[in-house]
Amino acid sequence: MAQSIVNLFETPSQTAGPYVQIGCTPNFAGINGVYPEDFGLRAIEDGAQGEIITIRGRVYDKFDEPMFDPMIESWQADAAGRFPGQPDADPKVNGFCRFPLDVKTAEYTLKTVKPGRTPSRSGGFHAPHIALWIVARGNNIGLNTRIYFEDEQEHNKVDPVLHRVKPVKRLDTLLARKVGEHEYHFDIRLRGEQETVFLDM
Amino acid sequence: MTNSGPLIPRNRGIHPVIHDPEMKTTMILGPMEPLLSMESTMTEETGPRFGHGIIGQLDNNLITNFTRGKSEAIGERIRVHGRVVDENNRAVPNTLVEIWQANAGGRYRHATDHYLAPLDLNFGGCGRTMTDQDGFYEFLTIKPGAYPWPNRDNEWRPMHIHFSIFGHSFGQRLITQMYFEGDPLIARCPIVGTIKDRAQANQLVAALDIKNSRPMDYLAYKFDIVLRGRRQTMFENRLEGL
Ligand SMILES: [Fe+3]
Repeated sequence: MAQSIVNLFETPSQTAGPYVQIGCTPNFAGINGVYPEDFGLRAIEDGAQGEIITIRGRVYDKFDEPMFDPMIESWQADAAGRFPGQPDADPKVNGFCRFPLDVKTAEYTLKTVKPGRTPSRSGGFHAPHIALWIVARGNNIGLNTRIYFEDEQEHNKVDPVLHRVKPVKRLDTLLARKVGEHEYHFDIRLRGEQETVFLDM
Repeated sequence: MTNSGPLIPRNRGIHPVIHDPEMKTTMILGPMEPLLSMESTMTEETGPRFGHGIIGQLDNNLITNFTRGKSEAIGERIRVHGRVVDENNRAVPNTLVEIWQANAGGRYRHATDHYLAPLDLNFGGCGRTMTDQDGFYEFLTIKPGAYPWPNRDNEWRPMHIHFSIFGHSFGQRLITQMYFEGDPLIARCPIVGTIKDRAQANQLVAALDIKNSRPMDYLAYKFDIVLRGRRQTMFENRLEGL
């Protein structure tokens, strides 16, 4: 018999359900006074270096209805492509943000800095992108995706993740549309015709 | 040997299935297309780190945190504690653990929960803490009630506490639910049932931990959590800053 390898299995996921706000953004859910403020409110602080942008969008179900109860979290590098915690990272960039959807419009708003390219293990670069993690009722495990930018064509062309999206027309689901000066639009479709490309790493 | 290789690929077989007709909402909201497989990158191998400074003194005490210590929530007093480790059995220290739950009657403090059980004036239903240097955490709370939900004709959730755990990298992010040993509703629950591996489903059932209970005060339940690990390697290029 061979030596044994001790490996644990990851704890299985369960749906976040419709009340994830109670745990993750209680003040937004109307449970005030337990925490001074909800955690992860801002991706950046005043004074962050680089282009400050606003991304807006919604989360849609199979019937193209906007959803109100999912939670989205984002994680990204600063304008120079450095993640918080790395040497020389911009101290005004938190990198992480957690945003509930507006109770009236179902829209999220992410105000942040446009990230720089980040190095890949093989020596190349990833095009500027913001990682998203989405949980919702009806989803048994959080969904990973990325916001890329339609106006970063040169970098997008050589991005190792975008490169592998098939069919190519699904690429559009990962590109934020430029809708104004420093403003972008990015919708997430959990299921259906225009379903967002979700990642498994 | 360093622990800075890529994340060990997620074993989807030990997680819930994406679609399960027994849990109807998954048929509307679970993606149809296969996920795009990739090796983790710096984006998923880094993640937010939080200081213990964000945690208030009562944050992990759901019995009193809603009233800021003025009065206590109704229900069976319990302590929920455990350890967060990764797949390599290494402790995950200093990581944020958030929980939320229904009150003792099975009602959530939320605008869209209209269950007829009453709200408890002294119970909010959220708590958070950081794991210590060795990955241990604990909460003081009340045992949540079972509650009905619209799915099949007569559907009840077993008593459960929702858990959100960060780990040290964005790719480790996990939300799950803890159940209670001996609850007969666990075996009937289609949400638990989306996990097809029985041993894995049992990982979500906290054991009654008499030794760590406090006489005349609370019962303890032990709930350990395993997050994804990273491949241990000296051979792969180490990304700067990792
Ligand atoms: Fe619940």
